Amino acid sequence: MSSSTKKLVYRSCEAGVNKKGKVGKSNIRLTILLILGCVTILFPLYMTITIAFKSPSEMTNDIFGALSFPKSFSFDNFAEAMRVTNFWNSLKNSIIITGITIIFSIVIHSMAGYSIGRNMSRKKGFKMIYFYIVSGMFVPFAILMMPLVKQTANLGLDNMAGVIILYTVFYMPMNVMLYSGYMKNIPMAMEEAADIDGTSAWRTYWTIIFPMMKPMHATVAVLTALGTWNDVMTPLVIMSGTENTTLPLAQLNFQTQFGTNYNLAFTSYLLALLPIVIFYIICQKQIIGGVANGAVKG
Amino acid sequence: MKKLNKMTDRQKTYILMALPALILFVVFNTIPLITGAMYSFTNYRGYGSYEWVGLRNYIDLFSDSRVGNSYLFTFKYALAGTILVNLLSLILALGLNSKIKFKSMLRGVYFLPNILGGLIIGYIFSFIFTYIIPTVGSALHIGFLENSILASEQYAWIGVLIVGVWQAVAMNTIIYISGLQTIPAEIYEAGMIDGASRWQTFKDLTLPMLMPFVSTNFILSTKNMLMVFDQIMALTKGGPAQSTESISYLIYKNGMDGGQFGFQSANAVIFFVVIVTISIIQMVITNKKEVQL
Repeated sequence: MSSSTKKLVYRSCEAGVNKKGKVGKSNIRLTILLILGCVTILFPLYMTITIAFKSPSEMTNDIFGALSFPKSFSFDNFAEAMRVTNFWNSLKNSIIITGITIIFSIVIHSMAGYSIGRNMSRKKGFKMIYFYIVSGMFVPFAILMMPLVKQTANLGLDNMAGVIILYTVFYMPMNVMLYSGYMKNIPMAMEEAADIDGTSAWRTYWTIIFPMMKPMHATVAVLTALGTWNDVMTPLVIMSGTENTTLPLAQLNFQTQFGTNYNLAFTSYLLALLPIVIFYIICQKQIIGGVANGAVKG
Repeated sequence: MKKLNKMTDRQKTYILMALPALILFVVFNTIPLITGAMYSFTNYRGYGSYEWVGLRNYIDLFSDSRVGNSYLFTFKYALAGTILVNLLSLILALGLNSKIKFKSMLRGVYFLPNILGGLIIGYIFSFIFTYIIPTVGSALHIGFLENSILASEQYAWIGVLIVGVWQAVAMNTIIYISGLQTIPAEIYEAGMIDGASRWQTFKDLTLPMLMPFVSTNFILSTKNMLMVFDQIMALTKGGPAQSTESISYLIYKNGMDGGQFGFQSANAVIFFVVIVTISIIQMVITNKKEVQL
C-alpha cells in the first residue's frame, strides 16, 4: 500500500466517525445479476459432469447429447479412465510433489525470510541477497527450461525429486518476500528476551519465531500449492523420461488415447479436477484468505 | 565481552539460515540463466557438438518471421488480456463487495477458476468451441458461430484469450476486493454529503484509493499473460498455421524438439529482457500515479 493511502485511512479513522455504517437492505437486483453471472463459471463444470457420466451412445449430435442430464449415473467410465491414465499413481505423485514442496518452502523460505527481514535494514549484504532472490520473479521459465533439462539430467534429478527442488526455487522469490515482509509484525523484543535467557538464536527461531509466523505459513502453503498442483510445464520437460506423471501431465500424455471417446476424456478431466475442488470446498475460507493476504502484503 | 560473543553467534546463525535458500537459488536459477545465455551464442542443437557463432542467433532472430509472429501474437494476447481481465475483475469486485445476499458463496464460485489447472480447463473449453458453439450456431443459423473459432487463422487467438481471461479474472477479483476493503466507509459518506454521483464517487474516490492494487494487478496479469503456455498446449498447439504460437510455446517446441537449442536460447534471452523492461516501465508509470495522489 502506498503511504498516501495509509495516511488517508489513518486520518479518517482518527476523525472518530461512527464506524457502524448504515444498516441498509441488501441489493437484490445486484444479487440476482451476480447469480446469473455464475453461469459463465459453472457451465463448463456442469458440462464436464454430464459428459463424464454418459456412455458414448448417449452423445447424440444435437446440443442435448452433450448437455442433458445423464439417464443413469454410470461409473463405468471412471474405472476405465482410472486405468487408462494410471490415475492413482498420478494422484500419488501430485500429492507427494505438492506436499514436499510445501514443507521445503515453509522451512527453507521462512528461515531465509527471517534472516533477511531481520537484517536487511542494517546490513548491506542481506539487502543485496534480498534483491537478488526477489528479482528471480522476473525470470521466465522459458529461459531456464532448456539449461535445466540438461542440468537436472546430469545431476540425476530428471525425476520427481528434481521437480520438487525446482519448485522450491521457483516459488522462493515470492515466499522470501512474503516472509521477510512479515517480520515487521514480530517485535525484536522476542529475540532480545531470549538472548538474555541465554537461549541460542537457532532455538529461539524454532521455538518462538517460527510458530509466530503461522499466518504467513498458511499463505505460503496456499500460494505454493495452487501453483505446483496445476503446473504442467515443469514436470513435462523434467520428468518426460520417466514412467511417472502428475495429474495434469497425465491428461496431456493420454490425450491421444482418448480418441473420439469424449466421455472417457471428460471422466478423466473430472477425476483430475476433483481432488483440488474437494479441497477447495473444505478450505475455501483459508484459500481465499491466503491469496488475498499474499496480494496485500506483496 | 560476553555480549560481543553472543552477537557474533547470532550473526552466524542468521547467515546459516539464509544459506540453504541462497545455494539452491544460485544452482537452480542463476547458473541455468548463465548457461542459457551462453548457449545463445552457439549453434547447439540440444545434442552433439556445437560451435560458437557470436551474435548470429540474435541477428537471425530479427529476420525470422516465425519468431516475429510469436511476439506479435503474445503482445496482442497480453495487451487485450490485461485490459479485459482488469476491467472485468474490477466490475466483479465492486459487485461482490456491495451489500448482497450469499456474499461468501458468490465469492467462492467466482474464485473457482483460479484453483483449476489451465491445461484441463483448456481441454474442456476446446470441446465447447469445437462442438457446443458450432452446434448452437447451426441450429440458430448464426453464420460466424457455425465453425469452430479455434480453426480460424484469424480468430483462434480470441478463443485462447477467452480461456485465459476466464481463469485470470478470479485472482484479480480477490485482489481488488481486498483493496476495496481498505477504503473506509466514511470516505463514501463524505462523498454522499457532497452530492457526488455514483460515477463521480468511483472515479474520484474509489479508483484513486485503489491505485496501488490496480498497479499490482496490472503487473501481475501482464506478466502471466506474456508467459501463456498451458492454454495453447490444450487449445491450439500453436495453430492454425502458427497463428497462436506464443513465445513460451515456440521456445518449448523448437528448443526442446526442433533442434534449435542455441537459437531458441537467444529468443529466451530477448524474451527475458522484454519482460523485465515491461515490468520496470509499468512500475515507473504506476509509481508516478501513486505519488500524484
